[in-house]
Amino acid sequence: MAEAIKGAIHSIETFGSVDGPGVRYIVFLKGCNMRCRYCHNPDTWDFHSEDMRTADEILQNAVRYREYWGEDGGITVSGGDPLIQIDFVIDLFEKAKAMGISTCLDTSAQPFTREEPFFSKFNRLIKVTDTVLFDIKEIDDEKHKKLTGQTNKNILDCCKYLSDQGVDMWIRHVLVPGLTDSDEELIETRKFIDTLKTVKKVEILPYHSLGAFKYEKLGIKYTLSDVNAPAQEAVKYAEELLGIR
Amino acid sequence: MREEWRGFNAGHWTSDVNVRSFIQNNYTPYDGDASFLQGPTDATKELWDEVQGLQKEERAKGGVLDMETKIVSGITAYDAAYITADSKDKEKVVGLQTDKPLKRAFMPYGGIKMAEQACTTYGYTPDPLLHKIFTEYHKTHNQGVFDAYTPEMKKVRHAHILTGLPDTYGRGRIVGDYRRIALYGIDFLIEEKKKDFDNCGDGTMTDDIVRKREEIADQMRALRQMKEMAASYGFDISAPAKNAREAVQWLYFGYLSAIKTQNGAAMSVGRVSTFLDIYINRDIAEGTLTEAEAQELIDHFVMKLRMVKFARIPSYNQLFSGDPVWATLEVAGMGQDGRSMVTKNDYRFLHTLENMGPAPEPNLTVLYTKRLPENFKKYAAKISVTTSSIQYENDDVMRPVWGDDYSICCCVSATQTGKEMQFFGARANLAKCLLYAINGGVDEKLKEQIGPEYKPITSEYLDYDEVCHKYDQMMDWLAGVYVNVLNLIQYMHDKYFYEAAEMALIDTDVRRTFATGIAGFSHVVDSLSAIKYAKVKTIRDEDGLVVDYEVEGDFPKYGNDDDRADEIAVDLLKTFLNKIKKHHTYRDSEPTTSILTITSNVVYGKATGAMPDGRKAGAPLSPGANPSYGAETSGLLASLNSVAKLPYEYALDGISNTQTINPAALGHTEDEQSTTLVRVMDGYFSKGAHHVNVNVFGVEKLKDAMEHPEKPEYANFTIRVSGYAVKFIDLTREQQLDVISRTEHKAL
Repeated sequence: MAEAIKGAIHSIETFGSVDGPGVRYIVFLKGCNMRCRYCHNPDTWDFHSEDMRTADEILQNAVRYREYWGEDGGITVSGGDPLIQIDFVIDLFEKAKAMGISTCLDTSAQPFTREEPFFSKFNRLIKVTDTVLFDIKEIDDEKHKKLTGQTNKNILDCCKYLSDQGVDMWIRHVLVPGLTDSDEELIETRKFIDTLKTVKKVEILPYHSLGAFKYEKLGIKYTLSDVNAPAQEAVKYAEELLGIR
Repeated sequence: MREEWRGFNAGHWTSDVNVRSFIQNNYTPYDGDASFLQGPTDATKELWDEVQGLQKEERAKGGVLDMETKIVSGITAYDAAYITADSKDKEKVVGLQTDKPLKRAFMPYGGIKMAEQACTTYGYTPDPLLHKIFTEYHKTHNQGVFDAYTPEMKKVRHAHILTGLPDTYGRGRIVGDYRRIALYGIDFLIEEKKKDFDNCGDGTMTDDIVRKREEIADQMRALRQMKEMAASYGFDISAPAKNAREAVQWLYFGYLSAIKTQNGAAMSVGRVSTFLDIYINRDIAEGTLTEAEAQELIDHFVMKLRMVKFARIPSYNQLFSGDPVWATLEVAGMGQDGRSMVTKNDYRFLHTLENMGPAPEPNLTVLYTKRLPENFKKYAAKISVTTSSIQYENDDVMRPVWGDDYSICCCVSATQTGKEMQFFGARANLAKCLLYAINGGVDEKLKEQIGPEYKPITSEYLDYDEVCHKYDQMMDWLAGVYVNVLNLIQYMHDKYFYEAAEMALIDTDVRRTFATGIAGFSHVVDSLSAIKYAKVKTIRDEDGLVVDYEVEGDFPKYGNDDDRADEIAVDLLKTFLNKIKKHHTYRDSEPTTSILTITSNVVYGKATGAMPDGRKAGAPLSPGANPSYGAETSGLLASLNSVAKLPYEYALDGISNTQTINPAALGHTEDEQSTTLVRVMDGYFSKGAHHVNVNVFGVEKLKDAMEHPEKPEYANFTIRVSGYAVKFIDLTREQQLDVISRTEHKAL
């Protein structure tokens, strides 16, 4: 028998109430190719982890919280970008579905490509994914590159693909004052969202600086030290532009 | 059937005192939503403004508005009194403890010294005649206890290995079935007691028969006095209540009699909500009461419960802090037949927190099970999110033990209403006991031999098996002295400070429980885990006494859903209770235990040296069954799972858990937040947990309240602490800092 795939784990949160429907058990995986300037988990960028676990180990622990999930809760895999460890996530979600557990994938989709071998794997994964929490960092490709160091072409393609495949999505956008809050980009984002068929929820996640201390610890320069969290009115305004209110 | 019972379904209750039978035959379950609720009436607003003004004045005067210095409190000690000179007609429920609102009564029977000290602390001088009477002519409970204490008992008390013992104040925790007055009227209750008196013994005067006869006589006297007191307010309570207003009033007169005669550490109201709903329903059906008037009645009743005060000494306030009364009152729960006991009145009681704002009293308790109507669960969760003023207890673990008519007699302990009393017994500091095991009975703070002179541990590194063996022996000793201290205290309390008013409303053949308790629980668990899974080095002073510890390596901690640590926790609880059970307990009471230290964890911690889990000497102990500060690293649910593993059958007196949750961690909108909270409680209680206090706010708010207590928004800012609620600004700064340092669960 082949050895079970192990995931490189960053951390586990037993009580997630805002990352997918209902109360969820959240597995944060290591590894991300994006370098979003506002990222609050820079400690997940690196692919390496001391904490390696199999899908069975994770699920054995997760089911201890099943009583709290109600009808719509379950597990969420976040990161990092979980698509970096797609083989592990497939294994985890297939086993979770076999146990009747709801699955949720929190991704920025940067690893997405229609090339093989990734594409077949991705198709296998979405068969066992109930909801995708899809992060649209920036609708304009040039600005996206500046913000994250990566293009958004394949990301928006992934989003369309998920819509075509009928996968439920929550679209999320982190609102950073002066960086991702212009009327223009929000209106464009809205236009893009309107082309999608499976969006269940659109959310603005207001930027916060609570991750800043991690940069110092990791010896990485934090470039947003002068940026404050957006005011409540600004969040409300952005929500209006995105058609949330 | 009597005219007062018109429209009620008959049952056993019509011929015998059996309130449960009345409720089960007559209540109307409600599974609708909260939209029927009404806001406060003008009278409610005016009266509540008046009371809030007095509370403000009270705080400005250092915590006490006025005190009695001449009259000894009693059921009939005062004439009728009202909130203001002209509010008599506005108050739908009347009756004060003394002659003025918030004025504290003089209660010397627990101990004259304490009663006097309570006065002098706040600048009042008690009448010297009272001193003479209660030292020369009449003995008090406190005097009785100290006359009989052994030298060892005084030592363990002094060293704080036994703490909070009710030897200087009322033991409390006895809930009279105040509903009986409303349902039957006083005369019938006296007749029934008279029958019991006539049937008490065959004429052979053994000690217990003599005592019982005297007690029944005292009870009947108290019942007659209740009638007299009610008459002074213009009510005749000899007959049953004829309508809802009378039912609330009759019931309250019973409770008022209890708080005029006893200053117990907890003076619970009991499970009255569903009972009163039956009367309200009948009046509404008869067209004599509107919903707004029904709410007003409940608001005014709750207002009275918010005004209960006792004269306390500073050390008592440090122990319990915030001037608590534990006027605990329950809503919800399920009946034995599977019907939900949620009625509209349960909504009305929770709604008082919206109509009159948050408040620590009454200690509103939701008897929770996943099977309660979803609408009600959601409403309760919403009130929790907005006021943090509710606690939740698991009906599914309590109902099999206590039936479906139990009350909460203290902060979290269940008791069968009207059938049972409890001997409250404070706590044994098991954290300190572990240190005694290591140091051979020498107290690490006092550096005196307090426990038995067993051989101390002399090795540099602690060996798990050796520590467990010695801890077992030391716990044996502690359990023995603890039970016997309590036996002595309860004997004297019965003798000198008997609760005649409450016992008059409880069956003569009463079941008694003997409620011991554990302090320092999580620190013992983590210490034993550290010794087992890491290396613990002892640091000794010049006399070789271990005064500190160094832990090398990591170890599993209680509060992370890690069975390695949690199994130690379960084992500790079982071991302790089994040791308690070996001993004879006063009046053949049933021994129980609890893990529910209140804010007293700060005081207990001060008296406790450094622990092998890394807790520093003098630092607060973790409250109740809460995991230690900083030990939880796996999130709220992991922490809840650990606590839920403690088997309730081994801690029938209660397992309290306090959780502070950042609103953002529950969801973005208020609706999401209450839905999530319902899920959390569904899960936690499905796991068999007993209790949780829910606070919903961020640390920033606490810090701001600590720095700016004068801001009006903090006047009634209520937080829940291990089994009860308290106004945050009434805590000492030390306790405030302790609350702030406790884990707040939030997700980034």
